[in-house]
Amino acid sequence: MRILTLIKRVPAPGARINVTDDEQSVNTANLGFTMSPHEECAVEGAVQLIEQHGGESTVLTLGPAEAEEQLRYAASIGINQAVLMDNGGEDWDPQRTAKAIGDAIEQLEAEDGPFDLILFGNESADSGGFQVGVRVAHRLGRPMVNGIKGIEVSDDTVTARREVDAGVEVYELPRPAILGVKEGLNLPRYPTMKGRLASKKVEIGAVAAVADAGGQAKVRLLRPVETVSETVVLGTDENAAPAVVDLLEELGVL
Amino acid sequence: MTSVLVLIESDQGSMAPASHEALTFAREFAASAGLAVNAIVFGPESGMAAEAGTYGAATVHVADHPQLDDFGPEAWGETLAQAITQTAPAVVVACGTDRGNEVMAQAAARLDLPFVANCTEVDPGAGEMTRSQWGGSLLERVTLDASTKLLSVAPHAFEASPAAAPGAGMMMPFAPTLDDSLARTKITDRVVLSSGVTLSTAPVVIGGGRGVGSAEAYAPLEELAALLGGRVGCSRAVTNNGWRPHSDQVGQTGTRIAPELYIACGISGAIQHWVGAKASKNILAINTDNEANMVTKAGHAVIGDLHTLIPAITAEVKKRKGL
Repeated sequence: MRILTLIKRVPAPGARINVTDDEQSVNTANLGFTMSPHEECAVEGAVQLIEQHGGESTVLTLGPAEAEEQLRYAASIGINQAVLMDNGGEDWDPQRTAKAIGDAIEQLEAEDGPFDLILFGNESADSGGFQVGVRVAHRLGRPMVNGIKGIEVSDDTVTARREVDAGVEVYELPRPAILGVKEGLNLPRYPTMKGRLASKKVEIGAVAAVADAGGQAKVRLLRPVETVSETVVLGTDENAAPAVVDLLEELGVL
Repeated sequence: MTSVLVLIESDQGSMAPASHEALTFAREFAASAGLAVNAIVFGPESGMAAEAGTYGAATVHVADHPQLDDFGPEAWGETLAQAITQTAPAVVVACGTDRGNEVMAQAAARLDLPFVANCTEVDPGAGEMTRSQWGGSLLERVTLDASTKLLSVAPHAFEASPAAAPGAGMMMPFAPTLDDSLARTKITDRVVLSSGVTLSTAPVVIGGGRGVGSAEAYAPLEELAALLGGRVGCSRAVTNNGWRPHSDQVGQTGTRIAPELYIACGISGAIQHWVGAKASKNILAINTDNEANMVTKAGHAVIGDLHTLIPAITAEVKKRKGL
């Protein structure tokens, strides 16, 4: 079996996000980088499926040359091949991104054979467009379901589970298939020292990143207005319990 | 008169509450832009046209086809794409839920149109729109070059309200042409895991963070949640520790909650948790650190140890309820 996973280099989530003076990008001066959390689970999922079924896994990214760091991280936990599409770190709109990735997948498949399964993150942690995987799937004519937290593969089909408010929806997709996965698919492993050393020797392949701009254009980035609320301290320790329950009564939730 | 077309999200014949937000946004936008509000529902008509009417929809396209009797992203996306081609709306709106964004992306891919996910503000005329990045901790202003503008509104960004002057909700049958192959992504089975309130519908959510200390230490939170008809949630650190299932996670990569009251216990309030909790109508933070983000952002706080406070609150609730 051959599995391809798409990842994106993003500033590490958790820190306050500030905008550069020209309001065109995130100020990354004091930020570390990672891949989007959904994609960490996609990479782990690909490694687990190959461990179970045999075969080969590849990771592909569209981004700056520095995204080599995220490709090698994927290799350090067990991905076999890594491919970089260097777009100079420009912020591409979703249509352009999908077009370039679709072209790259066609090229990789022409060289080494089709992928049985392609995994995307449900959405990128930074721009959150919720559409690149769907556009690539349509372009390749393959079935795609988003929001997946469980994957099982058999000879002809891929069974995918999507968590919804009160339960789980099950989808049976014919192979080859494409899934958008979410954090919660698994708990990603940490790389071992052996894995880290091996990942340094993985050859990073290259595919050209070429595509025309799509119909969405960025004007500027801005920080949301933060409503500053005065915090009412109801007390300290268990002595505050009656005041808390007064609040529950006041809000009508008791 | 050109129109705003609203994608109505439904499950087995019931309209998703999120669609009320999309309809409310569309109605207010259409009024300022001088457009009609229409809607499209999927599957056999089950009263959703009238429901959309109460939120202002004039015409409701009822898309019926054997493939649409349950959810499938490709069949729904293709149906929406055909409806857009036939009715040529100026703007198409969904709520930015999992399904809403997925179906809009499917339609956008088929029409090769741009799609702007999770808008928080749209200029009349849709010249510029503001959308959520980073789960809402950053915003992006964009312009669109497109014959029809496809967008979703960020969940909880627009409060749902029925129209003062309801729309006609007039039903128009719509028969899409769907290739048999599109059934490949239709739901084949469902597993119902919980009945009753869920994290996204509970009136009270009690969130536990790293400060709870262990998986077992959630029992007092569970007891209080049960007394209040609520649910227990948690932070990302907790699911990463394996203390709670990921389905309990509140945050950018978990569930967005909007309860009447969120009680955040031992949660520092990292930005990726905050964006999942900020739509809560009231927040009570319980933390030993009076400078924790969650404490400074909350309307109410108790500075203290959740391990003694939660049982004390539970005892006080029981006392007042006469239990």
